[in-house]
Amino acid sequence: MEPILKARNLVKRYGRVVALDHCDFDLMPGEILAVIGDNGAGKSTLIKAVSGAVTPDEGEIWLDGRKVSFASPLEARGAGIETVYQTLAMSPALSIADNMFMGREIRKPGIMGSLFRQLDRPAMEKFAREKLTELGLMTIQSINQAVETLSGGQRQGVAVARAAAFGSKVVILDEPTAALGVKESRRVLDLIRDVRARGIPIILISHNMPHVFEVADRIHIHRLGRRLCVIRPGDHSMSDAVAFMTGAKDAPTEAAAA
Amino acid sequence: MAAQQDAGTGFEEGLKGASEKVAEFHERKSALKRVQHWLHQTPSAVPMIVLVASVVVFAILSENFFKAATMSTILQQIAIVGILGCAQTIVILTAGIDLSVGAIAVFSSVLMGQLSFRYGLPAPAAVVLGLALGTAMGAMNGYLIARLRLPPFIVTLGTWQILLSSNFIFSANETIRSQDIATQAPLLQFWGGAIQPGGVKVLYAVFLMIALVLVMSYVLRHTAWGRHVYAVGDDAEAAKLAGVRTDRVLIQVYALAGLFCAIAGWVMIGRFGSVSPTASTGQLGNIQSITAVVIGGISLFGGRGSILGMFFGALIVGVFEMGLRLVGTDPQWTFFLIGALIIAAVAVDQWIRKVAA
Repeated sequence: MEPILKARNLVKRYGRVVALDHCDFDLMPGEILAVIGDNGAGKSTLIKAVSGAVTPDEGEIWLDGRKVSFASPLEARGAGIETVYQTLAMSPALSIADNMFMGREIRKPGIMGSLFRQLDRPAMEKFAREKLTELGLMTIQSINQAVETLSGGQRQGVAVARAAAFGSKVVILDEPTAALGVKESRRVLDLIRDVRARGIPIILISHNMPHVFEVADRIHIHRLGRRLCVIRPGDHSMSDAVAFMTGAKDAPTEAAAA
Repeated sequence: MAAQQDAGTGFEEGLKGASEKVAEFHERKSALKRVQHWLHQTPSAVPMIVLVASVVVFAILSENFFKAATMSTILQQIAIVGILGCAQTIVILTAGIDLSVGAIAVFSSVLMGQLSFRYGLPAPAAVVLGLALGTAMGAMNGYLIARLRLPPFIVTLGTWQILLSSNFIFSANETIRSQDIATQAPLLQFWGGAIQPGGVKVLYAVFLMIALVLVMSYVLRHTAWGRHVYAVGDDAEAAKLAGVRTDRVLIQVYALAGLFCAIAGWVMIGRFGSVSPTASTGQLGNIQSITAVVIGGISLFGGRGSILGMFFGALIVGVFEMGLRLVGTDPQWTFFLIGALIIAAVAVDQWIRKVAA
């Protein structure tokens, strides 16, 4: 099976610092791939490279078998890669529906839309409500309430729903549970599984080992700017994974193939 | 290994029996909280209440106040500030500020006048060219702010001086007399015309101001571009990541503000009759428009407020000026009260922003 997202020999330097050192990356269709690594290992640069936020100095990226090179996150998004940033990228004063459709609004059909550029509020609200219901998030009272009136977990939920609704190829989640409590983390993990169940592969960046081991199909361990190994959560323990990623233990010779 | 995985999820067993809801909303019990929440959703409510209250108070204090003629005069007097306020509103919604609005208005009016009198252009061409040049002045502000990433306060502080002095240099401090305009280029004075239903004179300029406020209210609320203006002011970085081309929105906002200022310049010719490079709007237009915006409940931090609020804010200033004059107080009390209103409006804004749970 061909990876849906593949990268080879990515290099990114910031002055003298080599953030990516001939790094490879593979995401298989329909899987949840966790990316773990110590601070400074370069995992966020890797994610930025595949999501278009950073242009690598060297190396190549293929999406769905076609070679791509993104100049901006917008281009990656246009190609079907949606990223949920740690900051969530939402406008606090605007409504849930406004936020879900930011930058890709739906206009009314006919002259009201083409000439007067009027937004099709009912259609956008209906779509937003459907997506949130699909992911079991409809304890949110009104689709028109401002995002700043939501709790942290609800905001994360809306951001994940936005990515899942529009990400046709890949959804990238950057530390989705970092700021959440136990109960809210649980909901977000369920949400991640729901998104996978709908056939969308997910890249999950997280420091939380229990969460990673619970939902990931494979784990990409990043160390010193490159992929150290890929393991399956069933084959190794959490302390093994931590040992690999900190260099306390040598990487397994038999890397987990897809 | 397996045990470790159990340990990984086991700690969450304590969740069994806990509420399944993600995070339900607690009823806001206190009435004050509910008021705060309502104001959060209806930002123009505060200025509207202040406006109605001040009209009622002045109507009680002075029998001449609550009359059609007085009301029409108030509208007439805020026409220019109201149009400049439209420009200032969209800029402040993006968390910017435009100190050059008055300068663009005066320079545009001088350009329209001189193009038709000194260069002999037909009046319609002079007006169109004046509007285009005003838009270009605004676009220049936008370019410096969006592309060179200079702070809006500094950029417009600079262009305010540059445009105002260019205005004096270009016009050679020359005023075009009202009678000359009336005979040779009456189109320039168009907005000074009026209809008189039942003997009450209402200037075309008043209708123009109201139309602009309504159109912009629609644009800001019901078009994608309007939502992008709010998103840029709310959190520019988030808007960019969500796919808004923030630089382009900013340049468009300042250019549109320039167009509104040029329209205000055209209206100035109608209101004052003559074209004068020394019109006080050049120095005071920015402060007056910012005052209307702030009293109108639009947040100086961007992303919050409505243009209707700015309209109410401009009306409040007009009502105070007229009301205090009719009551017969020292006119300085007007500015005393406006100053107090500005501080109160910002205090209310801060309080409303705290609604964020």
